[in-house]
Amino acid sequence: MKRRNFIQLSAAAAGISIAGVPMHLLAAGKKGGDLNVIVQPEPPGLMLGIVQNGPAQLVSGNIYEGLLRYDEKLNPSPLLAESWTKSDDSLTYTFKLKPNVTWHDGKPFTSADVVFSADVFLRKTHARLRASLAAIESITAPDASTVVFKLKHPFGPFMGLFETGTMPMVPKHIYENTDFLTNPANNTPIGTGPLKFKQWVKGSYIQLEANKAYHQPDVPMVDNVYFHVIPDAAARAAAFESGKVDVVPGGAVEFFDVERLGKLPGVSISTKGWEFFAPQSWLWLNNRKKPMDDVKFRQAVMYAIDREAMARVAWFGSAKVATGPFNSNIKFFSDKVKKYPRDIAKAKALLAESGYKKEPLRLLALPYGETWQRQAEMVRQNLSQVGINVQMVPTDVAGWNQRLNEWDYDMAFTYVYQYGDPALGVSRNYTSDNIAKGSPFNNVEGYSNPKVDALFAAGVKEPDPVKRGQIYLEVQQILLEEVPVAWLHEINFPTLYRTKVNNLISSGIGLNDSLGRAWIA
Amino acid sequence: MKRLQFMSIRVLQGIAALLVIATINFMLIRAAPGDPVSVMAGEAGASDPQFVAQLRAQFGLDQPLSTQLFNYLGHVVQLDLGFSYRQQQPVLDLILDRLPATLLLTGSAFALSILLGVVLGAYAARRAGTWIDSLTTVVALVFYATPLYWLALMAVLLFSIKLGWLPAFGYITVGSGMTGFALAMDIAAHLVLPAVTLALFYMAVYARMTRASMLEVAQMDFVKTARAKGVRPGRIQRAHILRNALLPVITLAGIQAGGMIGGAVLTETVFAWPGIGRLMFDALLQRDYNLLLGCFLVTAAMAVLFNLITDLAYTLVDPRIEL
Repeated sequence: MKRRNFIQLSAAAAGISIAGVPMHLLAAGKKGGDLNVIVQPEPPGLMLGIVQNGPAQLVSGNIYEGLLRYDEKLNPSPLLAESWTKSDDSLTYTFKLKPNVTWHDGKPFTSADVVFSADVFLRKTHARLRASLAAIESITAPDASTVVFKLKHPFGPFMGLFETGTMPMVPKHIYENTDFLTNPANNTPIGTGPLKFKQWVKGSYIQLEANKAYHQPDVPMVDNVYFHVIPDAAARAAAFESGKVDVVPGGAVEFFDVERLGKLPGVSISTKGWEFFAPQSWLWLNNRKKPMDDVKFRQAVMYAIDREAMARVAWFGSAKVATGPFNSNIKFFSDKVKKYPRDIAKAKALLAESGYKKEPLRLLALPYGETWQRQAEMVRQNLSQVGINVQMVPTDVAGWNQRLNEWDYDMAFTYVYQYGDPALGVSRNYTSDNIAKGSPFNNVEGYSNPKVDALFAAGVKEPDPVKRGQIYLEVQQILLEEVPVAWLHEINFPTLYRTKVNNLISSGIGLNDSLGRAWIA
Repeated sequence: MKRLQFMSIRVLQGIAALLVIATINFMLIRAAPGDPVSVMAGEAGASDPQFVAQLRAQFGLDQPLSTQLFNYLGHVVQLDLGFSYRQQQPVLDLILDRLPATLLLTGSAFALSILLGVVLGAYAARRAGTWIDSLTTVVALVFYATPLYWLALMAVLLFSIKLGWLPAFGYITVGSGMTGFALAMDIAAHLVLPAVTLALFYMAVYARMTRASMLEVAQMDFVKTARAKGVRPGRIQRAHILRNALLPVITLAGIQAGGMIGGAVLTETVFAWPGIGRLMFDALLQRDYNLLLGCFLVTAAMAVLFNLITDLAYTLVDPRIEL
């Protein structure tokens, strides 16, 4: 076995040096093998149109597909759609679908599936997409391989909507005229992706197998992918260390273990594959309540927190200090904004001006493991140093959700995906029309500024990228002055993997759609 | 006849107790902050009032609490434990899927801990005051005082990572396609670390209890009489002392057996053993009400059942005890 691997590896290496052909094409002769991956926590379901949390996307992103893929610069490339055109007024987009694509049950994939998915199914089940679809006037299919999206107004982020998790294609022939949420087919998901659902032993593992009828030659290269459910972080690290697991997705082991595991022989670390999601972490500040309603208090918090030290100590270098509301990976990011280096004296002065009377403030840590716990302790210490009286409130995930849903908090940690474009993943946290109880990821802080609302509204409708850039620069500058929340870090979740796994991360959504494109040397 | 009557009364009492337990559990769970809808909305990364209302209606959470409780109890009486919306399966199916794994793990651990504990305790009692006795006592104390979680991780570190003898997680080698005897051996290999880890704590308890109990019984008159009559020492140990010393051990074993399922949460978590303890823990974190209540009810039923078995076991060991 070992010898064969060695021969394959050297053959591949020789091939590259001679021909300079992309590696995955050369790998054509080396099909096969199983990939063992950790999924944490166990997803609630695999029907990507209904279940949207991270673990579900990790597994189902291989089963379902969107019309497009995105590289790490977030440029679209063909997937289920072969080509697309935009009308001059930016109001009509026409997609040509790839011919001869089939669902996992053998039925053909057509434009009717696209219309059903976007216009019927996902409008009902996918809150995040529904918000974006509001800009769309109609979705029609003039023929079996053409889909036309007509917009109500130019919609800047439109071309960013077609990634697998944002707009997964679901099979019309299975879901039409059924109750989507309780359809029994949800337990045996049918997509068009490179991997097919095989079995799910609850509490133990999920098995996907190669889709032999996949519409791209030489994909997938692996026979099976097993997603192992291992509930304890230390046990996950042990599973990787003992060689039973090949891939540990970001966040699945504690950050203090990443460095150690990354140094093992035959192991690599990559922080790529998060460009599309661009996770940004911050501290919610409840703007409705004293003293957080005072901009001076909020600025004092920004000056008080030692974000550099946190990135180094709590995150072991896997986080980068955020300059503001935009992650540097998303479009229209700018750092021409007010900066908040750590400055205790300034923080104290601002606090004194704000008239804060040392009333105790409740701080909710994010119950996602020890790294977040350490970060919370560091923040409490930083805030105490400048004289803010902080009480930690312990919760579990459900309690954390509920308190944020009900706005029952003073300060709380969070992190949010930004989905490549400020109109998709940033504006929702700061615009007034997104102040609604019931979600921990909309405008939870209760910040309201008509100027910011107007700018975000203009940004989403502006077709010209240059003008959009100017609009979003102004938004960033205003938000940095007003500090509705205290921005902390851009998180670079590190993926641990064995070096025998090649082409593991090949797009801006990383592992979520690339396992079917990986191959084992 | 008397035994049958006793049994039927106990069974009826048990059922009544279970209904009370179900009601209390129902209220307790609702007292915790958060509900399944808020968890799912949070996990989705985005939600709006429409989505939240839709889910609440689907879960039946839009009805008054009393209606929900009566609906629930009404179903439980018909042995219908409800539907887990989160996992999209009937609760009973989910639990029955997981129960064999837990019974295998806790059953092996239980048998191992009693066997080792009683043998070790009896041996130490017989050699009371010698260095062997001291050693046994110290070992038992160490295992008793060591956190299960730490012990489990150390076992993985040594036997899986350093030595590579035993698998670190799961219950089978995934993707091996084994069947029959090979599969049984594979499961057995996966069982060793979690079962031994779980057994060590209770082994310590049984060893200490057996030793103390035997030393106490050894002072009693009937033992002295037997000795005076010239009964062989080995037989005195087994038939006279050990048999009588076992009663408190049985009491403890009954309690352990009843609580075994819940007690396996940590072991199942560290070793990724797909049992009911983890199912329960996940259900708690996700506020999967029906599933959590179902798990509680099944564990409570187990406790009631083992209580009954313990009472019957007393009469077997000591004929003087009547039901």
